Order: sequence, then C-alpha cells, then structure tokens
Amino acid sequence: MKHLRSIDELGAKGLLELLQLTVHMAEINQRPVPKVPALRGRTVASLFFEDSTRTRLSFETAAKRLSADTLTFNVSTSSVNKGESLRDTVATITDMGADAFVVRHKSVGIPWQIEQWTKASIINAGDGAHQHPTQALVDCYTIREATHTARFDGMQITIVGDIKHSRVARSNIQAFTMLGAKVTLVAPPTLLPPDVSHWPVEVNHHLDDVIPTSDVLYMLRLQSERMSQGHVPTLREYSEQYSLTQKRVARLRDSAIVMHPGPMNRGVEMQIDPSDIKNSLIHRQVANGVSVRMAVLFDLLGSGANLGGQA
Amino acid sequence: MSKSVVIKGGTILNQNGELRADVRIENEIVVEVGANLKGDIELDASGCIVTSGFVDLHAHLREPGKEEAETIETGSRAGALGGYTALVAMPNTDPPQDSVAVIDFVREQGKRAGLVDVIPSGCITLGRQGETLAPMAELAQAGVNFFTDDGFGVQDASLMRRALEYARGLGVTLAQHCEVAELTKGAVMSECQCCTDLGLPGWPAIAEELMVFRDIELVRITGATMHFLHLSTARSVELVRAAKRDGLPITAEVTPHHLSLTQELLASFDSVYKVNPPLRSSEDIRALKIGLLDGTIDAIATDHAPHPRRDKEMSLDMAPPGMLGLETALGVVLAFGDLEIKDAVALLSWNPARIAKVDNAHGRPIAASEPANICVFDPELSWSVDLQRLASKSINSPYVGRTLRGKVRHTIFKGAPTVIDGQAQK
Repeated sequence: MKHLRSIDELGAKGLLELLQLTVHMAEINQRPVPKVPALRGRTVASLFFEDSTRTRLSFETAAKRLSADTLTFNVSTSSVNKGESLRDTVATITDMGADAFVVRHKSVGIPWQIEQWTKASIINAGDGAHQHPTQALVDCYTIREATHTARFDGMQITIVGDIKHSRVARSNIQAFTMLGAKVTLVAPPTLLPPDVSHWPVEVNHHLDDVIPTSDVLYMLRLQSERMSQGHVPTLREYSEQYSLTQKRVARLRDSAIVMHPGPMNRGVEMQIDPSDIKNSLIHRQVANGVSVRMAVLFDLLGSGANLGGQA
Repeated sequence: MSKSVVIKGGTILNQNGELRADVRIENEIVVEVGANLKGDIELDASGCIVTSGFVDLHAHLREPGKEEAETIETGSRAGALGGYTALVAMPNTDPPQDSVAVIDFVREQGKRAGLVDVIPSGCITLGRQGETLAPMAELAQAGVNFFTDDGFGVQDASLMRRALEYARGLGVTLAQHCEVAELTKGAVMSECQCCTDLGLPGWPAIAEELMVFRDIELVRITGATMHFLHLSTARSVELVRAAKRDGLPITAEVTPHHLSLTQELLASFDSVYKVNPPLRSSEDIRALKIGLLDGTIDAIATDHAPHPRRDKEMSLDMAPPGMLGLETALGVVLAFGDLEIKDAVALLSWNPARIAKVDNAHGRPIAASEPANICVFDPELSWSVDLQRLASKSINSPYVGRTLRGKVRHTIFKGAPTVIDGQAQK
C-alpha cells in the first residue's frame, strides 16, 4: 500500500490487515516504554490546513512511538500566508525529505491532487466532506475491541446527524458495510446528501424509531453554521429530534454502544454526559487513535522490520 | 493584387448539397468553383470537406485583463486552428465589455491579430453586476448585437424583463447564462450520486432549468430575441423544444464538452473537469444530442475558457471553472456527437453565423462572389491533443488521452490562409 486516502481505495482486505496490525500496535502501547525503532530515519510531515486536536496529535504521537522524525506544518505561520501555492508547499517539504504526508484540508480531493507533486506516501487525515479513513479504522477497531467480533455481520449500526457534510460518515459507511454491518442513516432530509439510493444503507428520519434496534449508535457533530445555511431551523429543534438524551439512552438495548468522533457539541447532539452512558466508547475512540495511526504509518513506511526491538 | 489561392481536390459542402470541385480565391472573394483550377498558392484538400469557416458564439479570449490565460491573438490563433473564422468574444473581461472603449479595443486587437473576425459581445448589465443595464443602445450603435453577462445569469427577473424590452427596441439578441445563483452556492459539480460520494456541493439541474423557464416566459411577454448559452440538462432541452413549438424567437447552444464528458470524471479530482455549468449525466448527453438532431439546439459553441495552470492547480472548490475548446471542437463533435458531417457543419458554422448576425460574411456557401471564409477539414483523421502544441496560452484541455476524429487542415480567412496543413501561418 502506497497511500491511505479513502476506505474504498483501501478495500476490505486492506482494512482487515490494518485492523490486525493495530492489535500489535496496541500491545506496544501497553509496554512500560511504548516506543520501537521501526521507522527510524523515516520522516512524517503533518500538513494540517484545518484545525485538528486529536487527529494531529495522535498522528504525531504515533510517528514518535515508531521512532520516525516529524515535521509539523503550521498553516498560520507558514508561507501559505505569503501566497505560496499548495504545489510549492508540497514540493518544498518533499525536498526536505518527507516520506509521508499526513494531510487535512477543507477541500475535497487534495490527497489525490498532491500525488502529482510528491513521491511521498499520502495519508488522508480528512478532505472536506469526503473521507477520513483513519477515523473509520479507529471506529472499526473500537467496535471490535468492545464486541470481541472480527466482522460486523448482522450488526445494526445507526449513524445520526449531519451525514451530508460528514467525511466521518462517508468513510464509516464504507468501512462498516465492508465488515458486514447493516447501516442506517438518521437525519432530516436536509442533512442527507442529494441522492443516497446507491449506498448500501437504510434511511430513517426519526431517531426514536431506530433506538431500540441499534447495536451501535454513532452520533455525528452538528456544526452551528448549518442553521444559518437553512439546513435546520434552530439547534433547539434539531436537538429535540436528533440528540442523545437520558430518555433515549434508557430505550437502548442493554448491549448497545454509543460512539462519537469528537469534538462533541454538548447540548446539541449530546444532551447527556458520555460518562452517564453505560456503554459509551467515546474515550476508547480517542485512546485507540494512536494505535491505529501507528499501524497505518508502519504499513506505509515500514520495511518489514520487526516490531519487537527497543528504541 | 493579392496572391490567388486554390483549394484542390476536396468536396465542397454547402447547405444545398455536396460538390467535388476546386475553389479559387482572389481578393477575399471566391472567384471560381470548378475543375482543375490553378493559383499562386495551391492547397491540397483530397479526402477533405471544404465548407464555410466555423463561427463560435462563445469564446473567452480573456483580453483585456487576464492576458496570462489568453490574448485575443493567441485565442484567435487557436480558433483558426480549429477551423473558425469568427469568434464572439465573451464580455467577462477586466474591464468588462460594457463600454464603447472596451468594445473598440477588443475589435481592434482582433483586427491586429488578423486571424479571425473577433466579434465583441456586450454586457447586459453594467460591470456584469446584475444591478443596472449597460448602455446597450450606445453599444449597439458601436456594432454590438449580442449581449450577455455570461459567467453569471441575470438574477433579477424584473431587470431581465427590462433588458429584454430594451433589447427588442434595439433589435439585438440577449444571451443568457442560465444559473439561479441561490441554488448553486459553492457548487463544484453536478448534483448527482457521484457528488454524494465525493462530498462535493452539487449544482442541481433545476438551477439551470428555472432560469430557462423564466426567460422563455419573459420572451413570451416581451417578444425579444433570446439565445440560451451552454444548455446542459435534459429538461432544459425539453423546455426550449416546447418554447420553439410555440414560435418564440429563441435559439440555444450546447458545448462540445457537454456532449462528450460526464460528471463521473470529477471523481479523478482533476480540476480540468470543473466547468460551469458542470458536466452532467449520460442521460443528459443523450437528450442534448436529440436536441441537436431535431433542431431544438441550434449551435455548438465552445465556451473556450482558458485558465493559467496555477489557477487550475488549486483545489477543486477553489479552481476556476472552464476548459479549452477552440482547437478541439470539430474533433470532439465528430468523435462523440453522433452527427452527420452536414449537421455538424450546420451547428458549427451556418446556424451560429445567423445567430451572431454575421451571416453576410460567415456561414456562406462556397460559391463564386461569396466571401472567402473557409474551413477545410479531414472528417476521418483520428488524433489526440498534444498540450505542448496547443496555440492557446493555457493548457486546460480535458481531451488529453482521448481520441478525437476530424481535424482541420486549412483555414482561409478573408481570402488568406491562416492555417495550412494544420500549421498556423502567423
């Protein structure tokens, strides 16, 4: 595998391999000194054109635990503000010896566009509303960890919220269905993409309908600008219909789990503190972020060196 | 006396039929059509069609203002290589073509280049801002008879109604870029399943069709002449077909790219495929082709839109829409248009010449005493685009790696060869 840009491109086989590799990485992270020399001498450059806390930090932590060098590109202090083009920025960092780019950008397709300008591997850390494949890997890994099942056959996963603008939803729909899950999207029609009839999903506009039958309830963040764009009349009205409340949690199956990719909008889609949910995996999602990203970096940049040594 | 030019061994294609004959040209005029003619310059046309030069209703020549992308000279040369002898220059220049000074400048630059007739169009509204009418009477006096705010549609229905009423008094044609802007904010590609997958904001067909419908009804109450630019959807074709059935003075064009490329190409994330209106579905293409065959669509126009490489290297949402068209139009139309050669020529030359009101000099029969604006093309030659060899200053052609059929061999403008054997002569 040269790049990780979308779950589609990765395919079911690649997805399962990375999830398997993540198990080894999680083991490394349990050690007293969670660091191995696997990627010594390799350089990972982070190119974040959009704000990020957990994705950027978990990639950087992952790179360091594998002993890779890291370059962090900070848009606000970079020459991008002097009008340097993306192409020149990528070429410059390539010249500095980057072996991989971890890219986040508000625009769809950037990880594919920059491929022409660098020999480095490209990892998509989020491109517009298109893809966020490492989040999907994190989520699949987290569900596996919680349910002790390798595949999700027969599992009912409900994704709730702003599907239309969500790269997390697009990646997860691909990944969950690849592993055999049945996926239901829950949102008002204005927060769904224009035509999902070709997606292998069910659509329901009423959260309360699907609460009792869901094995996984995956809540998406609703950005407040959706209101000014006319996608929902008010946040209050949205919350009434689509937020997770104490009452709704009470109607969940005993074994049902709750997930959220963060950052949470408390009071909007989450009207309950995650710590008050019995089977919330929200903290596990964050914790697993590092292991998953170690697996991705090792898969793209590793030369088969064993993971056993000490850095 | 200028040198005489003879086109030898081709098949002359006129509206009333075909004829195998040589053509002799002197002093900007066809002087003789017959067998075994001799001249100072003899151009071989064996296996070729000899017909009237093409007329493009829709060329962005970018001068003044964006000479980095194209100049009137380089755009004219690209046109000549594509078999064109007349180009309607779109008014979205900087400054825009809303004053006599800019109109005169564009026309003069066209004459200076001397490769095609450059026909400046005028803005409908001042600065293409959609707020107040441009001085259309003054521009009409300066020779403009085709007005558009292309790049934008005129959003204000009341203003558009006034523009049509005013245009009727002047006897000029208004050309609309049909796009209801509220429905296309931030749009990058057609609203479809592919845009759902890619998470890109969609440009819905209804945004075009609503304005087509509105303007048809405005033409009905004003009686003005109206041309629809670059129609892209099946429903637009239906609306225009019905309007023509009602006898309304409406014409319409479609671009070569909307006949040949589909929306799924955006999945490559290559901004060369970003264009406005966006590439549509294969069903839309089918409807556009039926529209060409039954006369609903009158012309094929390029919407030639050069952009410098650095602009097209931006992300899909930031890159400007548009693609090159002049040098590839014929090859695309014959390769993908499912048209008889005669129909293709009608759509590329005879009809647009009438719509642009230049049919006194262009789109004429190849016959004695007619103006010598002529295109000679090989209808069978397969070829592909070589970006290094484009005459345009920009390289945003979507046809790299695609086989085109039909290539211009010679172009004669005002009696002089501008292209011989596929090579520009100046």
